[in-house]
Amino acid sequence: MGIFEKIFRHHPPWGVHPDDHKLPAANAPLRSLPLPALLYVPMQQHVGSPARPVVLVGQHVLKGQLIAEAQGNVSAPVHAPTSGRISAIGEVTAPHPSGLAQLAITIAADGADTWCERLPVDDPFALAPEEIARRTAAAGVVGLGGATFPAAVKFNLGRRLKVNTLIVNGGECEPYLSSDDRIMRDRAAEVVDGLRIVMYAIGAREALVGIEDNKPQAIAAMRVAAAAFGNVQVRPVPARYPMGSDKQLIQTLTGKEVPADARAAEVGVLVHNVSTCAAVHRALRRGEPLVERIVTLNGGALTRPGNLLAPIGTPVVDLLRFAGVSGRPARLVLGGPMMGIVLPHARVPIVKGASGILAFDAAEAHVAEAGPCIRCGSCTRACPMGLLPLEMASRIGADDLAGAAGFGLSDCIGCGCCAYVCPSHIPLVQYFSYAKGELSARERSKLRNDATRRLAEERVARLEREAREKAAAAARRKAERDAAKAAAGAAARPLPVRIVKPASEAAT
Amino acid sequence: MTAYLLLLLSTALVNNVVLVKFLGLCPFMGVSRNMDSALGMGLATTFVITLACAATWLLEHWLLAPFDLGYLRILTFILVIAATVQFVEMVVKKSAPALYQALGIYLPLITTNCAVLGLALLTAQEKMSFLRSLVYGFGSALGFTLVLLIFAGLRERLALARVPAAFAGAPLSFILASLLSLAFMGFAGLSFQ
Amino acid sequence: MWLAIFSLTLLGTLLGLALGLAAKRFHVEASSIVAEIEALMPGSNCGQCGFAGCPRAAAAIADGSAPVTVCPPGGKALAQMLAARLGISIDLTSVADEGPQIAIVAEDICIGCCRCSKVCPTDAIVGAAKQIHNVIREACTGCGNCIDRCPTEALLLQPLPVTVQHWVWPKPATVVIALAV
Repeated sequence: MGIFEKIFRHHPPWGVHPDDHKLPAANAPLRSLPLPALLYVPMQQHVGSPARPVVLVGQHVLKGQLIAEAQGNVSAPVHAPTSGRISAIGEVTAPHPSGLAQLAITIAADGADTWCERLPVDDPFALAPEEIARRTAAAGVVGLGGATFPAAVKFNLGRRLKVNTLIVNGGECEPYLSSDDRIMRDRAAEVVDGLRIVMYAIGAREALVGIEDNKPQAIAAMRVAAAAFGNVQVRPVPARYPMGSDKQLIQTLTGKEVPADARAAEVGVLVHNVSTCAAVHRALRRGEPLVERIVTLNGGALTRPGNLLAPIGTPVVDLLRFAGVSGRPARLVLGGPMMGIVLPHARVPIVKGASGILAFDAAEAHVAEAGPCIRCGSCTRACPMGLLPLEMASRIGADDLAGAAGFGLSDCIGCGCCAYVCPSHIPLVQYFSYAKGELSARERSKLRNDATRRLAEERVARLEREAREKAAAAARRKAERDAAKAAAGAAARPLPVRIVKPASEAAT
Repeated sequence: MTAYLLLLLSTALVNNVVLVKFLGLCPFMGVSRNMDSALGMGLATTFVITLACAATWLLEHWLLAPFDLGYLRILTFILVIAATVQFVEMVVKKSAPALYQALGIYLPLITTNCAVLGLALLTAQEKMSFLRSLVYGFGSALGFTLVLLIFAGLRERLALARVPAAFAGAPLSFILASLLSLAFMGFAGLSFQ
Repeated sequence: MWLAIFSLTLLGTLLGLALGLAAKRFHVEASSIVAEIEALMPGSNCGQCGFAGCPRAAAAIADGSAPVTVCPPGGKALAQMLAARLGISIDLTSVADEGPQIAIVAEDICIGCCRCSKVCPTDAIVGAAKQIHNVIREACTGCGNCIDRCPTEALLLQPLPVTVQHWVWPKPATVVIALAV
């Protein structure tokens, strides 16, 4: 890096700046998708345990009615995205890179879109913070930036760790996507109200809204909406991928670096996405659970790209039809092009974390053939976590997963910067995903072995206990028999004999 | 003093025992998969060589030369070296079980490491003084350790490289060793005067 | 000649004595490696390895007559731990880790004889006499001890299906280097 750049450097020393492709989709006004006939609502739309269905096939449900309840500490409930009849509870293709099936509730919409009874709160700031977390959890709000971590769990964590600063993530650094941009432009007041509720729920004193400087309209709209609140600051940040990743945004806005293996809350910061804040606003002020979201439809294969308001569970094929597909898309991606999931086909429902559906034409979907690593080191400069992707990948390639872990594999956020800049087109992120999955699978099987050993030891203990109890019971019976015999003998004999029961002896 | 320093340098680099004299190739190829065991092997061999040089000098000058028993030289030297190696093995097993595991069969094989016997015989042949033979042995052993470490470091990196199947493993290691040897030939041009 | 014999004998005796003393001084307790390996094993004594229980398998692994990959329930994780402990390198790709299996009970032909629950090393089968038995998924190790005990062949082993939660990305295909000849 030259001295000139060192002085006038305007972007952080990490990351990449891909062509953002956000226009014209970002400028197209928000449209609502006509209600699809069938909605497939997956049970796992969040990080944690899947939700458990609480409705029966054939039952009629209203929009916003609970159809699956949360299971366990980290989980989220699922609500009906429209009114209609439950037509099936079965498996559909999950929006997941594996293309495996997942449990989902199918709703045949009745077209009326009738809401169930909603319980709006006039003044959320009069409620206890715990009550806000409870209502947010009950509304099924999860992180809408893509991580889909249950929002209420983060509220409780923030309160416990005494978080001072709420960072509202309006980075949206992924190319092509503009759903957060759109929500900030069209619903800035909702976002600001939602983030103030979140601040109150976690006990934060200030909120910093980080928005990439390539969204001037969103910054302007948010500044107007936040003008009345002194503790909410809108801060433009350089447009640099992955600015929307929590650790990078925290570092840019506060200068604090989240340590490895630590959560953001441990440095006194909590990050929530702008869309999540808007969802919290709706959950509290209107009593509406999370049943719809803004989805960006973009990509070269679409004729009318833009942002759509769509109910959760809408099949991707309905969205594509609405946005007009020219020819056959070469690849379908859920989420952004850098970290998104390649969909096996279009009959996959959208979920709470689906920020966009990208239909790529052949030129956009082109993947160059991978070549050997030339050790140019481009990936080490691009890595926002300061790792050495080339060293990790070569170790994973030689099946030395422990060696790769020693180079900080667990800190990799999977952003894809390294693979983006690699001149040899090595699929570095896939190496890391593979290694992380394999390491956690080994960890799981180790835990399982430990559990098996515990079970086996418990069985041995049980068998011993049973043997002991049997012996004790046999001894007792024998003693009783002897006593009875002796008593019979004593009745026959003139002198009474005192019998001492050897119970204490048998018990030892 | 300068003479001993020069001797140390020239034995370690210029007349390197592995890459110039081609002695001790067995552990050079065998225990060079990772740096840790290479360092352990190097240190153990250094100890053995230095001790063996001292012991064989005593043998040569107090037993073999006075009684004209030169024909027993190899026999007695082997005996002393084997005993030293046994001793080292016991110490390593006691003090560093992990290193003991890592060195495996190569630890007792120091006995048959031709560098050890070779250096002992060379010091006897050159009729060096006690201190000189000690420095000679120690310097050579340092050279052995250095080369072992360099080679292990290279092989660690090489294990990660994708190479054509025909070259994978031993063939590439041999090529690497020959290149390293060529590099050490460069020291032959050095003059310490 | 006598001198040679005498000097060699003397040398041998001296060195032998020195080594004997050193052996006493640097004495190491007999290897406790079998116990260590046994602690790593699952301990369910399921017998899938072909040895009578985990202690025997541990002894066999320690003396080298069984490979570290001998334990099917332990899988890759155990093989790796054992290899690390023994200081040997193994090729993990050759470990047949065909995925976990569990036993399931065909409820329509189970007669409630209780034979299977008696042999289960992890108490994973629940059921009383003349009641339909069932397998607790989380506790079953898929050892297959129960399969042969069932008089009605109501028990069978099934692979656990891969779920979205447990799916692992495949390793990228290796780059083929074209040799410029």
